[in-house]
Parts: sequence; structure tokens; C-alpha cells
Amino acid sequence: MSAPSLGGASRDGYGAGLLRIAEDPRVVVIEADLGKSTKSCHFRTKYPSKSFSLGIAEQNMMLVSAGMASSGKVPFASTFAIFTERAFEQVRNGIARPELTVHICGSHGGIHTGTDGSSAQSIEDLAIYRTIPGMTVLHPCDDLSAEELTVQLLDHVGPTYMRTARNKTLRVYDRDSVGDLSIGRGSVIRSGTDVCIIACGVMVSQALIAANDLADDGIHAAVVDMHTLKPLDKDLIDSMSASCGCFVTAEDHSVIGGLGGAVAEHLSTGITVPLEMVGVDDIFGQSGASSELMSSMGLTSEEIKHSAIKAISRKSG
Amino acid sequence: MSSDSGGMDLTIEELEEMSRRCRINIVKMTHEAGAGHPGGSLSAIDLIVALYGTKLRIDCDNADWLDRDRFIMSKGHASPAVYSILHEVGYLSESDLMSFRKLGSVCQGHVDMKWTDGVDFSAGSLGMGLSFGLGCSLAAKMDGSDRTIWVMVGDGEVQEGEVWEAAMAADFHTAGNLKLIIDRNGIQNDDFVNVQMEVGDVASKFTSFGWEVLEIDGHSMVEIVDALDWATTIDSGPCAIVANTVKGKGVSFMEGNPAFHGMAPDDDELRVALEELS
Repeated sequence: MSAPSLGGASRDGYGAGLLRIAEDPRVVVIEADLGKSTKSCHFRTKYPSKSFSLGIAEQNMMLVSAGMASSGKVPFASTFAIFTERAFEQVRNGIARPELTVHICGSHGGIHTGTDGSSAQSIEDLAIYRTIPGMTVLHPCDDLSAEELTVQLLDHVGPTYMRTARNKTLRVYDRDSVGDLSIGRGSVIRSGTDVCIIACGVMVSQALIAANDLADDGIHAAVVDMHTLKPLDKDLIDSMSASCGCFVTAEDHSVIGGLGGAVAEHLSTGITVPLEMVGVDDIFGQSGASSELMSSMGLTSEEIKHSAIKAISRKSG
Repeated sequence: MSSDSGGMDLTIEELEEMSRRCRINIVKMTHEAGAGHPGGSLSAIDLIVALYGTKLRIDCDNADWLDRDRFIMSKGHASPAVYSILHEVGYLSESDLMSFRKLGSVCQGHVDMKWTDGVDFSAGSLGMGLSFGLGCSLAAKMDGSDRTIWVMVGDGEVQEGEVWEAAMAADFHTAGNLKLIIDRNGIQNDDFVNVQMEVGDVASKFTSFGWEVLEIDGHSMVEIVDALDWATTIDSGPCAIVANTVKGKGVSFMEGNPAFHGMAPDDDELRVALEELS
């Protein structure tokens, strides 16, 4: 795969995806005042009769969505990732427990959000939604994959949570390659045999940069875009475990309970191989330019590279 | 029961007799389970019987019928009241009722749409039902359907902020097919509502949120039936019936007694209760 170029933000992909499925009569869009931010606003402008603004009231938004789902609609409800957490119990009890198909999108996830500061930087959303039975958890890495996965959600049965990012990222896919994505199946975007870097969200492009740098040192790193954290593609992890023998996970999220946690949970039940985790080390963020903030918290290609070398050094034999 | 026009065409006397049978089942099933919430079930049952008996358009042979009316029981701990009426209309058998709260039972501790045909909402966490009902209401409006969405909440429940989020949104979205019944029994889990945190003039609060509101005696079957008739004439926006009720109504030692919010009758108490209800 060629070096990534700058694309839109994954939240732009969500907005574009909604427009692609808008003609389906079941689709409704639910907002809690942040449609301009999550990018559902484009749908609302074009399809006002299928859009419902509920004000700054996330708990109500979740249950209104549940009621609509019980009545045959396919609701797409969005707000900031952090504010979905305000309604966590509504998601748990009102949506997931009765197995209603509501698609929740939390934008502005992670430290990458930048200058808004720590109140807006959800670093725990992936972890908490992963704990809910039956919940599918997605975190696409660029605008095109977010668009593709949003379109695929139309025919997905069961509750889902998708985190998107505020800021533009390097584009990992093109219009052709993105069509190969499938919910629940990790995407191998670079092959290699020395170490496997499993990343999600904005860290996927950083993983590709790290893999390029490692190649300059003669180390062949595979890179997996694990856009679906749950259900986790365990078969792919087992396959990469056999071919690479060690892992690095990379996420703009707490190392507790997110992608690293998910991979660790799986690896610990089988043949254990070295695993290094790159992520937010159990601290809150702060205001700052996105790139500076990511660097200050170790969410960089350099950190992935160092972690890869460390993981390789821990291999037995 | 199958009804296209709604309700069962029962007289006031027949409705009152159905309430009495439901009360007997409420105390029997909570006794059998050794747990449950008889107090709030007994306060709500006259309202629920009147709703199913005169208004609710459902089809027991097609529980998932999209165009059925909805009854969203938000105070889900009063599940014995719901199960007793679902027994009356044909969804549940007597043995189903007596399996209440036991492993694998279709009668879960709190009403759950995943477990019980005829239940339209998975409750148990207070404050969520009105929002869910609003979602059903908006979907019905999109479909051009005349199905009506009935929601019941408790008075302690309106302490939950989400109720007021939903109340504000229902007015904004002119949810004329959304009808709320508030079981104003004055008692919540720990104590009387006016001790825990008084909710005050609930009718005025909903009025100020743009709702049409009627306040009634929630144990007068005549007043209840009239109020349900009134509610169905309102289509310009949401409406609420504030029903003044007595917790534990019909069983002397449970009436107005906070202890029976969440406590089942023992053997002696069951015997007395059944004598009073027979």
C-alpha cells in the first residue's frame, strides 16, 4: 500500500455514509445539538422529515432511538463520544438489553480531539461499550472507512457504537480498497513477519508510518486495522500470532480495556506471545494542538516503532 | 383477545371485577416469589385495567403487530400489575404468573420486552419509559399510523431528569399520540415522596412544559374511563393524566405503607389479603 495522504476526518465519513443510506425508509437520524460536529447535519439538511433534534439531552436521545428501533426504524444517533457516556446506562438498559438495533456514533473521540481539552477527550468509550453484551464496537481509521462501515451498519442487526475522530487524518484506504472492509473482520493493510501492529482509529496511519520506518531498519512489520474492536477478529490475531510471534497495539484510548485490553484478553487464553501497548497511560489529556498533544502523550509512530523493537526483543528463542 | 377498535368493551362493573381478580394475582404472585413490589402494583392496577379494558388496540395472536397500541410501563417494578392484566387478556397463563421471578420465567422481576409477549418495553431503571414512548410516537407519526402510545410512570420516578428531557421534547415535537399516566401514590422506595424529595404539583409542572393535563382519582373507574376518553381526544400535543392513588390499594395493611413498596406478603399476610379481596 502506498504512503498515506491527508484525507478528511472520520466524522466526515460518517456524514457521507448517512447520505448514502438516506433513501432507505427505515433510516432516521437523531441528534442532541451536535449534528454540525458529528456531521449528521448534512442528512438533517437534506432529509428534515427523517431527522429529529432532541436538544442537549443525551439520555432522552438514547431511549427515543430505542423506541424508534422497536417500531421498525433504524436510528443513527450521534453526539460527542464523551457525551454518549453520560447516557451509558440508557445504552445498557434501554438499547442493548432488549437487543434493539440502534447505531450510536460518538465523534471527537480520543486525545486527537486537541484544543477542547480533557473534558471532550473520551479515552474510555471503547472500553465501556465493549463490556455490554451484544454490542458491536467500531472505530474506523479514516474518512473512507468510516463512510463504508456506516453504510454497512444499515443491514447490521443489534446495537452498535462507532467512535469517530474530530480532526483530519492520513487516508489509509482508497475507494477500491475500502470496499473490502467488513464489520467484525480485521483488515491487514501491510504484511510482515517480524511483528504485527494492531491499531485502530487515528493510530492506524501512525502504525503504517512506523512500519515504513522499521522497514528502513530491516524489520518487517505487519499492520492490521482493527476497525471492529468487538466482536474481535480472534482468528486473524491467531494467524498473525503464528506468522509474526509478537504484537504491538496502538490506540488513541486508555490502555485499560480498549484495543490493547481486548487483544491481551484473547492472547492470554491461548499461546502467549509478547504484547506491547501504545495508548493513553491512565491519565487525562489537556488542551493543545492535536499533534503536539499526541506527541506529549506518546501516541506517535515513534512510540509504536520503539514498542515493536521491544516486543521483538521479548520473543523467546 | 383480539380487538381492532381497541379495548374489550367492558362495563364499569366488569372493569372493577377484573381489577379485583388482578389484585388477587398481584398478592399471590409476589407471595409465591417471596419478593416483588405489591404496593405500586396495587396503586396502578385500576388504571391499567381500564386502559386494556377500554382502549388498548392489541392482538394477542400477533404480539409484534406494528400497528398495535403501545403500553409502556416505565415503573417496571410494578410488573405484577402488568403480568396480571396480560393474564386477563390471554398472553400469560396462571402458571406463568406463579413462576414470577424464578429462573427462566417469562415473568421477569421487572417487565422486559425480550422475555414476555405483550410487553412493549424493557423497564427496571426508572425515568426511561417516557423517552421510549416518544420514540414510538415519532415513529408512528412517520408511518402515518393512528396507533396510540400510552406510558405509565410513578410519582417518585419523575424525580429522574430524563422524564423532563422527554416532556420537553414531546411538546416540541407535538407528540399528539403520546399519552402519559402518572401513578401519584405518594410513596417511593425508601419512604413517602414528600420525605424523600417532594415532587410538588406534578400537573402544573407538565402544564408548564406545554402538556394538556387532567387530574383524577386513580381508583374511581368512572373517572379513569372518562380520563382515558379525554386523552384520546387530544391530538394537538402530548397529554398527561395525573392519577391520585393509594399505594397498596385494596389490601388494608399495605395501603399507604412504604414497607410494601418492595416487600412480598408472608403466609399470614397473604391469607388476610385474599380474604379482603374475596
